[in-house]
Amino acid sequence: MEKGKGLARRWAVEFAENSYSSSPVDVPDPMGFSRSSSDPDDANASRQKKEAEAAWKAQKAWEVAQAPVKNLLMMGFMMWMAGSTVHLFSIGITFSALWQPISALQGVGKVKTFKVLQHSGMTMFLLAVFEPYKDPRVDTLAPKLLFIALNLAGLVLGIWKLNTLGLLPTHASDWVSSLPPASEVEYAGGGLPVH
Amino acid sequence: MTIRACLGLMILLLFSSTISTALFEDQVGLADWHQKYIGKVKHAIFHTQKTGRKRVVVSTEENVVASLDLRTGDIFWRHVLGEIDRIDQVDITLGKYVVTLSSGGSILRAWNLPDGQMIWESILQVSAPSKSLLHVPANMNVGKDNLILVFGGSSIHALSSTDGQIVWRKELSTNSLEIQQVFQPHDSDIIYALGFIGSSEFVAYYVNYKTGEVLQQSKASFKSGFCGEASLASDDVIVALDASRTYLVSISFRNGVINFQQIYIPDLIPEFFGKATLLPSKYNGILAVDIASSIVLLRVKGVNELEIIEKIIHPSAISDSLPLSKEQQAFAILQHDESRIHFKVKFDTDLTSEVLKETIQMDGQRGNVEKVFINNYIRTDRTHGFRVLVVMEDHSLLLVQQGEIVWSREDGLASIVDSTTSELPVEKEGVSVAEVEHSLFEWLKGHFLKLKGTLMLASPDEVAAIQAIRLKSFEKNKMTRDHNGFRKLIIVLTRAGKVLALHTGDGRIVWSVLLPVLRKSETCGNPFALNVYQWQVPHHHAMHENPSVLVVGRCGHNFDAPGIFSIVDAYTGKVHNSLVLEHSVRHIMPLPLTDSTEQHLHIVIDNNLHAHLYPKTSDSVKIFLDEMPNIYWYSVEVGKNIIKGYSLEIKGELDMAENVFQPKELWSIVFPSKSETIALTATRKMNEIVHTQAKIIADQDVMYKYISKNILFVATVAPKASGEIGSATPEEAWLYAYLIDTVSGRILHRVAHQGAQGPIHAVVSENWVVYHYFNLRAHRHEMSVIEIYDQSREDNKDVWKLVLGKHNLTTPISSYSKPDVTVKSQSYFFTHSVKSMAVTATAKGITSKQLLIGTIGDQVLALDKRFLDPRRSVNPTQSEKEEGIIPLTDSLPVVPQSYVTHALQVEGLRGIVTTPAKLESTTLVFSYGVDLFFTRIAPSRTYDSLTEDFSYALLLLTIVALVAALLVTWALSEKKELREKWR
Repeated sequence: MEKGKGLARRWAVEFAENSYSSSPVDVPDPMGFSRSSSDPDDANASRQKKEAEAAWKAQKAWEVAQAPVKNLLMMGFMMWMAGSTVHLFSIGITFSALWQPISALQGVGKVKTFKVLQHSGMTMFLLAVFEPYKDPRVDTLAPKLLFIALNLAGLVLGIWKLNTLGLLPTHASDWVSSLPPASEVEYAGGGLPVH
Repeated sequence: MTIRACLGLMILLLFSSTISTALFEDQVGLADWHQKYIGKVKHAIFHTQKTGRKRVVVSTEENVVASLDLRTGDIFWRHVLGEIDRIDQVDITLGKYVVTLSSGGSILRAWNLPDGQMIWESILQVSAPSKSLLHVPANMNVGKDNLILVFGGSSIHALSSTDGQIVWRKELSTNSLEIQQVFQPHDSDIIYALGFIGSSEFVAYYVNYKTGEVLQQSKASFKSGFCGEASLASDDVIVALDASRTYLVSISFRNGVINFQQIYIPDLIPEFFGKATLLPSKYNGILAVDIASSIVLLRVKGVNELEIIEKIIHPSAISDSLPLSKEQQAFAILQHDESRIHFKVKFDTDLTSEVLKETIQMDGQRGNVEKVFINNYIRTDRTHGFRVLVVMEDHSLLLVQQGEIVWSREDGLASIVDSTTSELPVEKEGVSVAEVEHSLFEWLKGHFLKLKGTLMLASPDEVAAIQAIRLKSFEKNKMTRDHNGFRKLIIVLTRAGKVLALHTGDGRIVWSVLLPVLRKSETCGNPFALNVYQWQVPHHHAMHENPSVLVVGRCGHNFDAPGIFSIVDAYTGKVHNSLVLEHSVRHIMPLPLTDSTEQHLHIVIDNNLHAHLYPKTSDSVKIFLDEMPNIYWYSVEVGKNIIKGYSLEIKGELDMAENVFQPKELWSIVFPSKSETIALTATRKMNEIVHTQAKIIADQDVMYKYISKNILFVATVAPKASGEIGSATPEEAWLYAYLIDTVSGRILHRVAHQGAQGPIHAVVSENWVVYHYFNLRAHRHEMSVIEIYDQSREDNKDVWKLVLGKHNLTTPISSYSKPDVTVKSQSYFFTHSVKSMAVTATAKGITSKQLLIGTIGDQVLALDKRFLDPRRSVNPTQSEKEEGIIPLTDSLPVVPQSYVTHALQVEGLRGIVTTPAKLESTTLVFSYGVDLFFTRIAPSRTYDSLTEDFSYALLLLTIVALVAALLVTWALSEKKELREKWR
């Protein structure tokens, strides 16, 4: 996440645009300055630049979105290595497999990372991971969905592992053992005569 | 952090699956204690002549022969001969062997006096076990081959005292001969044997000591008959009591001529009434007669001339005579005077004066003197000093010398009848500061020593000190309740009617009380103690009150004899209330109900099958009447081979003062007496707690246990095979095991074991029964297990229904609903024969169970219930292995490390009692017989606490070191960072 932020631009001053929009009409252009001749070139260059940037952002967003795949594969391998008996190693791996997707989905801090955005009519969580690639021209929805899907897959893998270890209450036995034995209505005593 | 906690739990659970719970050598005595007793002394022989260790050899009613140190009362050596091997007489021969005659005069053994090794043993052919006499000639010369004479049944055996060989044997050719007195006049080879044939004929034999030849024999019959007691008055006069016990008959038998003389006792002793008893004594010409109010000493002046010398008012006791010289004999008289005892010694030559007169202060809880044995010693001024060994009413043994009790032994504890436990009082605030400071210092010192021990820095002296601190831990002997529930009072009831409270920490006696109602009195001639129950256990209400126990007894051995109740405070031993009931006691049922003062309700069924409710308060009646329709009882009648079930009903108006309820017979099970006799019944312990009704088997599947407190296990055997092992052939022996619901009388399960025979021992717990018997075909002992599962709850397997609570697992069960049970069973061979069986009990019932088996070697063996799992198979699947199922073997393993008693023996083991501690993993085990043994065991290890020898100091030190290291490295890193920044 830090990397993504570092790569992206933090701020930009658009001199051209600024001058263009703010230049008062009453100030005449200097002599020999042809606005119409130079303008298309500049605009073209900046548009190209912006497009390249957008493409780059989109590419990066996809990269970030696909990052959990590697993780997933590694986790799967580790889980296979750990086996299905409950011991220190397998429990450690399972819990880390559960923790990673959760923390990835959660981000670092809640207030900062989650923003509710109006996007094509539906409410959507914006992940902090994709904050740097926020751009009106870049559609980050698809990478976001992929990222979420992959992390959820990781979570499911973790839960599946937890289940194979028998640590999830999915059997009748898990619910029955905590029930107290039923009380008896009748009471009978007696036996051999005391002697 | 939560993960780590989870991991820690997992690791502990993994550890808990290990089987063995052995003890290290230095852990012996930390949690356990062992006390050795001998029982009520019957005979005592002093051995004080020689220089060296002075000792007294005793034989007891618990069939123990023991040699005690006369200075301290400690046991030098001891042998427990077993229940059927009753000791008749004990003596010392050749000055170095202890001779015991046992089993009705049929076994004679010689033991080495210094160390108790058996020298020889002789089995004598006795026609019928009867009163037997041992005669060891007094004037033994070491050079001669000395003979020991045994008179038993109708024969005389003479055995060599050096090797036990039978030198001669003489059959006196009469069937019902009972020899009363044997004596050998000084320096003669003739033995006089005097006895009765039948009840009316007196006979005197003169037997040659060397050859066994009967030199002379004379008989005479006495028309009104003898009662079978006789006392030798002189060399030619014996005094007997007639059949009515109101006439003294003096018999002279000089030179084979027998003369009878009758003396009517009231003529002699005017205040006499009732029946007299002759005290067995051997005085020159003196006779001791016990009449109801006193002991009367009579001098025999001639055949028909008796003279009263002294009357000793009861309660009192008189000793045998002690020969001091050829002419002089001494005897001791002990007489009670409230809490004091007067101890007098007299010579038979001068009965009017006393040689010695002392007064001893006596503890009131010991009762009256029952027996006295006298011994003398030579004082420095060459006069005779006397000491007496006193047996008290509570079976305790005291040595009295110079007006003081030198030592005492609480030997009543060798005959415990029943036991229960009580909690100690809660620790109160306001403990004095000084004590705390002192103990804090001690605590620190102790932990410092322990730390040194852990770090291997301690010197041998310090190691010894550490061990001493561990053994004499102040913590374990406190008189208050502890957090783990290890400290409790064990309240025991002895056969003598004494109730004692033992502290579980070190086994010391906290209080003892000889119950007045269980002592002989005019209203109750022959009382004996039956059981002890919890009477009041304050929990929420009545917290200021002490808990109390109910002691139940009976006047006389018949079932219709009136019962005795006594309520004793469990903290102090104060008797709150005691009464002789108006009805008999046949069954006692402690009900699971308490009244407003937390007194447990008890139903007593008398011999007419009427039920009486105790405590007799209107409050308890109200509580009981609400529950009465659900209360049932059953009676097992062994002789009739019937089990009958009853409910209670009120006929007519209920008398609120009496609270008597009538029985209403509901069912009966009649066993065919031709093929079956009831050998044993067993039930679950009423206070057993079961944690769960589900048994989780392989692949997370569930089986529902059939948990009912109303299960009765009954074992019946073939009548032919009800005797000892080997008395029947395998074809004619069988054993049936029944599981019976005691409310409805329904037989839930029945299984036959062909070729099996008793003795049977069984234990019932949760949903299983384990029983032990002998397999005649395999010639080995076997243990079988039956587990019962409830099929009717089997449908409750849908997770969602369980999550949402839509199941019938917690609805109360009635025995009248249709039971649908399945049973799993399996049999295993077991090496030992068993004396007693019990099962561990824990506070919540979560911990796995162990069977506690009292072996024939008087040890307690802990056997994991897992070995007795009916689901064991030869090749368990992977999931079954994970579940903890052990591969099937034909026999149960006996792991030497799993003996709870480690190297000790609980001689004469009779019972094992388990009590849960507050700590779930731990069970308190109290086993009793002649000895007592207490320990606490953890069937799955102490998974819920640190071990006792955990070094807190080391932990503290480690933490301190870690914190210090943390601070130092932090400071260093700060410094380094600063330097980096300046660079």
